[in-house]
Amino acid sequence: MFSTNPFVELSALIPSAVMQGYIILMAVLVFLGTVLDMLHKGSATYFFENSRKARQSAKRELGGGDKIGLAVAVVANEVLTSAEFKSTRRRLSHLLTMWGFVLFAVSTAVLIFAHPTNPEAGIWPMLWHLGALSLAIGGYWFWFFIRVDVSAEGVKWYNFNGRGDIFIVGLITTATFALLWSGTQGGGALNSLFLVLFILCTTVLFGSVYWSKFAHMFFKPAAAFQKRCTKADGSRESLPEDYELTDATVQKRYPDIPTYMGTNPPNMGKGFSAERPNHY
Amino acid sequence: MPTFVYMTRCDGCGHCVDICPSDIMHIDTVTRRAYNIEPNMCWECYSCVKACPHQAIDVRGYADFAPLGHSVRVLRDPEKGVIAWRIKFRNGKKDMDLLAPITTKPWGTCIPQLSSVPAPSAEMRKSQLLFNEPKYIRMDDGGLHTLESNGLKMKAGVYY
Repeated sequence: MFSTNPFVELSALIPSAVMQGYIILMAVLVFLGTVLDMLHKGSATYFFENSRKARQSAKRELGGGDKIGLAVAVVANEVLTSAEFKSTRRRLSHLLTMWGFVLFAVSTAVLIFAHPTNPEAGIWPMLWHLGALSLAIGGYWFWFFIRVDVSAEGVKWYNFNGRGDIFIVGLITTATFALLWSGTQGGGALNSLFLVLFILCTTVLFGSVYWSKFAHMFFKPAAAFQKRCTKADGSRESLPEDYELTDATVQKRYPDIPTYMGTNPPNMGKGFSAERPNHY
Repeated sequence: MPTFVYMTRCDGCGHCVDICPSDIMHIDTVTRRAYNIEPNMCWECYSCVKACPHQAIDVRGYADFAPLGHSVRVLRDPEKGVIAWRIKFRNGKKDMDLLAPITTKPWGTCIPQLSSVPAPSAEMRKSQLLFNEPKYIRMDDGGLHTLESNGLKMKAGVYY
């Protein structure tokens, strides 16, 4: 099952051009939804206003090379490895979901555009299945255990709140029905039902970008870049310095540190932040 | 003035929901970000501001320690055991950085082991002193310690 191209059987029913048109339509919907979302929320205006404020209180000017370096750091940390999450569970779940989605989306496009009638399409069918599986695992883990409604607000897992949940529900149902559709190929009515549900969930996922949080994948990296810029230019969003306690200058400026903590303070541990916030 | 949340920094982790003594920090059901559901009931204890791992929560301070319009931001680092404050006046000319210890020993290592302490005797129970009071105020070490007995003098005004 995992090494078979699931779109071959479908290409007997639906012409490849129609499948390719559907992919393009979904891409257009994502683009339109993101632009509308950005216009509605004023995200770009907010970011530009914030960077103007940061420049005013900057202690040093960032050059082009600095900004490229920061952009590379954002891609390597916040984008590729979801380093912004402090919680390991959330980070792992996000990595599974994100990389699953990327694999699934890219392999779907490759299979439909390059191998619509080729049952052995190299590694791509395997990547398609692995992507869907990873997306489903990360998504269900998030839905049942990590989602703030469940973990912090005491809401039951089966309570669906519309706009807040449409993105994650779209993701997990798309992955689930994709796997079920692929697993029941040649299964008649059941297979057709899973195909219809798969297409329906995919359309909801990509068509609801304006209402869902799909667009976070575009503005979150921008926010992370801005955060790194404010640290690099010294403005730090008016936050205090992150002092190194063993530094003699810091100890001289703040004598309470060596007096009460010694000249080489130990790591004090995580304190209450070691506990997960789920005490509702 | 009550707390507010920077939406681009918050990741909806729920630490502020957990720690808020007034139970007014909640997660928005649509945006999945924290917000103060009842600003009137916020007494600006700064618990959520300090607990937030992303410094996504801010408070506009009162005029009792800096003219209105200032920024007061905090960075609590439990691993280093310190808290840093930065107060910036609205004209930008006064910019103060403060740093203070919040613990001198690793967290959780100095919890009193009360179960291993002998139970108070009947005489101690009848006494007007509180549990361990003679020991803690050093009454059994040459009487109550005073400024005078320690060679100190009360000075007028504020001094450090």
